[in-house]
Amino acid sequence: MSQAQTNKTRKTRSVFARLTSGIRRPAKIHDFHGGIHPPEMKHLSNGTPITAGPLPQQLILPLNMHIGAPAKPLVAPGDKVLKGQMIAEPIGAVSAAIHAPTSGTVSAIGPRPIQHPSGMDAVCIVIDTDGEDQWIEHQGTIDYTEKSPAELVDLIRHAGIAGMGGAGFPTSIKVNLGDHQRVEQLIINAVECEPYITADDRLMRERAEQIITGIHILQYLLNPRRTLIGIEDNKPEAISAIKRACKGCDIEVRVVPTKYPSGGEKQLIQLLTGKEVASGQLPAQVGVVCQNVGTAYAIKRAVCDGEPLISRVTTLTGDGVSQPGNYEVLLGTPVRDLLAHGNLAGLDIGRLVMGGPMMGFTLHNPGVPVVKTTNCIIAASPEELPEPPPEQPCIRCGSCAEVCPANLLPQQLYWHAKNDDLEKAQHHNLMDCIECGACAYVCPSHIPLVQYYRYAKAEVRQQAADQVKADKARQRFEARQARIEQEQAEKEARRQARLEANRKKKEAGPTAASTVDVAALKQASLDASKAYKAAVKAAKAAEAEGADNLAELKAEADRLKAVADKAKAAVRDAKDGAPVAAAPAEDTVAKLKKQVGDASSAYKAAVKVAKAAEAEGADNVAELKAEADQLKAAADALKAELREAKTNAPASAAPVTQADPVAELKKQVGDASSAYKAAVKTAKQADEDGADNAADLRAEADRLKAVADQLKADLRDAKANAPASPAPVAPTASTAAAAEQPDPVAALKKQVGDASLAYKAAVKAAKQADEDGAGNAADLHSEAGRLKAIADQLKVELRDAKAAAPPTPKAAPATTATTDSPAVPEEQAPQSLAEVDPEQAAKRQKRLKGLKTAYNMAHKQYKEAHAAYERAERNETASADELQAMQGKIDKLKAKADNARDALDALVEEAKADIRAHTGKDLKTLKLEAARAESALADKQQELEQQRSSASEDTLEALSSELQALESETQIARKALKQAVEEQGLAE
Amino acid sequence: MTAVLIAVAALLALAAVFGAVLGFASEKFKVEGDPIVEQIDSLLPQTQCGQCGHPGCRPYAEAIAEGEEHNRCPPGGQDTVVALSDLLGREELTLDDEGAEDANVAKVAYIREDECIGCTKCIQACPVDAIVGAAKLMHTVIVDECTGCDLCVEPCPVDCIDMLEVKPTLQTWGWQRPAGIGERPDSRIEVVNL
Amino acid sequence: MSLITSTSPHATVKNNTGAFMRQVIYATLPGLAVLTWQFGWGSVINVLWAVIVALVSEALFLKARGRNIAFYLKDYSAVVTAVLLGLALPPTAPWWLTLIGVSFAIIVAKQLYGGLGMNPFNPAMVGYVLLLISFPVAMTQWLAPGEPLSFVQSWQLFTGQLPVDGLSGATPLDTFRTVQSSATDTANALANQGILHGQFAGLGWEWVNLAFLLGGLYLISRKIITWHIPVGFLAGLGLPALLAWLIDPVRFADPLFQLFSGGAMLGAFFIATDPVSAATSRTGRLIYALLIGVLIWVIRSFGGYPDAVAFSVLLLNLSAPFIDYYTQPRTYGHKSSNRGVS
Repeated sequence: MSQAQTNKTRKTRSVFARLTSGIRRPAKIHDFHGGIHPPEMKHLSNGTPITAGPLPQQLILPLNMHIGAPAKPLVAPGDKVLKGQMIAEPIGAVSAAIHAPTSGTVSAIGPRPIQHPSGMDAVCIVIDTDGEDQWIEHQGTIDYTEKSPAELVDLIRHAGIAGMGGAGFPTSIKVNLGDHQRVEQLIINAVECEPYITADDRLMRERAEQIITGIHILQYLLNPRRTLIGIEDNKPEAISAIKRACKGCDIEVRVVPTKYPSGGEKQLIQLLTGKEVASGQLPAQVGVVCQNVGTAYAIKRAVCDGEPLISRVTTLTGDGVSQPGNYEVLLGTPVRDLLAHGNLAGLDIGRLVMGGPMMGFTLHNPGVPVVKTTNCIIAASPEELPEPPPEQPCIRCGSCAEVCPANLLPQQLYWHAKNDDLEKAQHHNLMDCIECGACAYVCPSHIPLVQYYRYAKAEVRQQAADQVKADKARQRFEARQARIEQEQAEKEARRQARLEANRKKKEAGPTAASTVDVAALKQASLDASKAYKAAVKAAKAAEAEGADNLAELKAEADRLKAVADKAKAAVRDAKDGAPVAAAPAEDTVAKLKKQVGDASSAYKAAVKVAKAAEAEGADNVAELKAEADQLKAAADALKAELREAKTNAPASAAPVTQADPVAELKKQVGDASSAYKAAVKTAKQADEDGADNAADLRAEADRLKAVADQLKADLRDAKANAPASPAPVAPTASTAAAAEQPDPVAALKKQVGDASLAYKAAVKAAKQADEDGAGNAADLHSEAGRLKAIADQLKVELRDAKAAAPPTPKAAPATTATTDSPAVPEEQAPQSLAEVDPEQAAKRQKRLKGLKTAYNMAHKQYKEAHAAYERAERNETASADELQAMQGKIDKLKAKADNARDALDALVEEAKADIRAHTGKDLKTLKLEAARAESALADKQQELEQQRSSASEDTLEALSSELQALESETQIARKALKQAVEEQGLAE
Repeated sequence: MTAVLIAVAALLALAAVFGAVLGFASEKFKVEGDPIVEQIDSLLPQTQCGQCGHPGCRPYAEAIAEGEEHNRCPPGGQDTVVALSDLLGREELTLDDEGAEDANVAKVAYIREDECIGCTKCIQACPVDAIVGAAKLMHTVIVDECTGCDLCVEPCPVDCIDMLEVKPTLQTWGWQRPAGIGERPDSRIEVVNL
Repeated sequence: MSLITSTSPHATVKNNTGAFMRQVIYATLPGLAVLTWQFGWGSVINVLWAVIVALVSEALFLKARGRNIAFYLKDYSAVVTAVLLGLALPPTAPWWLTLIGVSFAIIVAKQLYGGLGMNPFNPAMVGYVLLLISFPVAMTQWLAPGEPLSFVQSWQLFTGQLPVDGLSGATPLDTFRTVQSSATDTANALANQGILHGQFAGLGWEWVNLAFLLGGLYLISRKIITWHIPVGFLAGLGLPALLAWLIDPVRFADPLFQLFSGGAMLGAFFIATDPVSAATSRTGRLIYALLIGVLIWVIRSFGGYPDAVAFSVLLLNLSAPFIDYYTQPRTYGHKSSNRGVS
């Protein structure tokens, strides 16, 4: 009935208000449903004036003191800061700046416990104060009307002002509504309805003038039709102070009866205007803007005095402090210091609450800092706020529904939340609960109702998030399926096209053998790379502008790059093929030289790109730079070693000139790779920290990877070209051994030998170190690994050189078969395996075989039985007893299979250990080698596949010979692995 | 006798009339629901993990629609089984997880990058393209996209992929359900040098 | 030093469910006193015996369910059930009647449904109805008011040593029921019966009901119950009675007689207000109580039983979820209430 009445009044009022807008009428105070009257406890702290808080040794400033995105630090550890200096800037629309509350030195930026009920840590800027409290240069505005509203909004944003009432919503958003939104009422919330808190009360008593100035600034920004200040009637001094201060201006002071939670934004709006903010909407949508009185004061300080938000008035109260009162506390002051300041008597504290007793949260750690939203710290004695009694059954007495200001049915919400019936809880408008705690306050069964609602709300949000993630996963899965299908279709189409082309070629006869137009291909390649570069440029420009379609542009660039690469490969292939086909020897030399030149200019350009990328990466994150430098140093060391290995090998003069570009290119590859790795690492780090720019970093990493890939491709190209040149050059350089073509090959062989030796020496040294228990053993090991990589690389080069040396076709297969397979596995595997006790191994092999058969049989039987059982169950052909019997059988078979598998596993483990012991390499390493070789093979195969449709027969031939070489290498690796495995009877 | 006949005739006539009305109504006001496969698919957790023996959630949804047991989704847990039972009107089965780990713990894949050899095998295994990297270059997992299906763990030749528990962050943290009747809703924290 | 960490709010009322229930027990004391004054010690003995039975059966069942006995006994809900049932039983009730009624109420109507807060029906009324149906004679043997038995007599009745037949008489409602069905002029017949020598209702019974009204007002003043259920209950009973009496004063009893005889006040303030089995929202509670009152009047005037508080309450307990379903309040910020959501 009362509800109907309010509705009626509201309707008549709105009509009336329209007719008489502008006429001052006596204020009508509406009412809201429910509410409670807890003991006020305000007398503890409202009797003394506001005094300055402590100046602690350390200030801890969380990057998210407000709702929204955390601010971005502008300082680094070690920086000196002055009082009022901005140390973190707002990022994105909903954010606020942070300023140094006093002068000092930034000592750390890292996780510290922050103001959160979970007691978790978050990133904070820690300032060691110097006690001088030295201001940065600042200056206020005498007449704020000289500034445009937009300027003032920006000023407020950069002064770091966020709602001081408790929520901490950045004020700049709330005062920047745009022109289309008409503000009917600006409501200044000075209700302060929670028990204990008196910060706003004291502020109004002592600084009413400044508050009114702040309200005038808000009026200037929002241009509201009316401005109302709501104050509870239990603060007579504050009411009279404010009334005195706003005499003669268009601000109305509205005294509301004391009732909790009349200070809730929605409740206050209802009290003062009779309007209800619709569920899920903002007050602005009904033409109301609410600001806390403390916020108005902070705005005045920021605009008129030029002082950013660096301190606030906080009530320190409770029976646990001997000097309760209000303190002007520097933001970032740890609660511990504040307590020490107000608790001179060292009283016992049973519970530390930040905020009021109704809606505040308990602190896990007294090191949590006072932040922009901290209006109160209650240090309660154990008797004052005792342990809550145990939860009793709900008797549905309805007290909670009587006091609920949102007019919910708390007992129903409790019931559904308790039973995880979230859907029904939402039907009962769970999400409209403002968590004011009135229901839990009156509950005679002491049910922690608010916690139930918070739990249910968190579950609802979690489910929504999970749903979003599931939908995304489904989309990605379906996209992937579609892509795979399309790839398959394309492959099939290509195969058909190739078959068709081959058929046509055969028909056309041998005349079209060398119709590859090198010039045309070159032109195509040039065009493609031009397009790619343009795309990259566009992407970069877009990145700088923060354009939305960045990802698309990048994808486009990648696609173009692929095209360009293809074209380049085609050109290279054509070139490779051409000289062999027709040109005389000298021509070939000149051409090859030119090719080397081309390759060198290509990678020089690539260096530039890589460097630029690196610089950008370093720009983004300092860590990246350090990481990159470190990796670079490692790469340099590696390069030096490589060079040493090369100079040690008394190679012919020629390789020096040729090897140099290759080496440099290698270095670049190394650099780019490490830059990429560092970038990925940083991205990960950022991911973990939950930083916003993680996505950017990831994109950056991808870009670096692309660069690295390109460089690698270049390197491969250069290598493919380089070894070819020494062959013709060598005869002129070393006249004596002109007849022996494999001069460079021999040189390379020697290098390989040297590198191998170096590697072995390193391994030995590492082993020695291991035995001695030297600290640098790990370093030596990694060194050895590096050397081995070098040796491997050289081996590959050797193979390439061999493949490229055309005049010894007969020798090639032979070498490949013999010398080209000195892969470490082969050298080591037989040798080490010889050490294995053959008898034991054979025995184990036998046992393994037996066990495996047993397991397979059992498993098969089990599977069959299970299938039969399921069939029977589905078709209902068998009786319950039969089913049970079957089930029993299945279980038995399963147990059998499991037993066999367990035994098998144990044996395999044993064998693995043996391999490890005997070969010095564990199975993993062997597997790794095999996997590496296989992936190289796969790459080559793919390349061949790609070329097949576009390149000439000769190119294909060259490629297939490469492929063969790789295949043999893979086989060797595989064989080594297999041998090792089989020796132990582990063949899988 | 005639009375009986009249009664029977009247009943038959009524039956015919109402049958016709019902038949007409069921045709006329037919509710076009989502196809059942869509509904089943929307209840599955979309981890695409294949633990049900099907390559992805959608194929399993199709299989359920065709009569397969609906209790083979360990990531969905018993909740999903119950939801599916509700949807399909089938018996509530217990989850057939074959001793799988606790499904309620959210996990993501993590690649130990120092050990990654860039074989791309995990990339091929990932059902939602959540791993980036190229041949011979280190790979990394896009945490936001990873469904925690652990399909990438098995193919890795160097076993450098771990499934890590997702730790709560300030954004995802939520209050726990109170302990219930007879329990105190609070706890105590030891604090030194307050 | 250790700090408490808990969810907000950090302050709560000092009240608890046990205190809540104790207030209800205190509020029944005037009624119990008047019953003793009018009928002798039977009610006191019955109430005490019922409390013992209730506590023992509750403890046994809590033990069987593996619950913390002391924790649950401290909520006094079993005591309240026992007291209310003890007050509703005739003062002549022998020990076994109370034993059956109370143990059935506690074990079947309460614990089997899951204990306090889970029972859909008012346990005391379930016990009462069981006895009324099973032992109709024993349940209707009230004494003549104003002639209280001595403690010894009451004790002998309780132990079964004294036969009840010679002592008992009809209650005003019984008389009303008999004369209404036989005589043509009910009012005159009632007057001739000599049982209506009270000021405005049955002799003695008006004092009993006044005492329960007093206790009920105390509960409202202590905010243990809200006015909705008693007002709805009495309006539901009184308004039809007034209407019918105005139309046909010869056939129907006057509203004052209806409101102050039988278990009207006990039902309005103590039985129907049991929050566990009542409707939830304010509107819901009004409707719920109104319907109980109407049902009582209907059964009293046209039914086979002289009084009907127990039946009406149980029937409306049955409909409480349905009433809740349609009487949800409109939540702040919503245009209308979510009707039809359970």
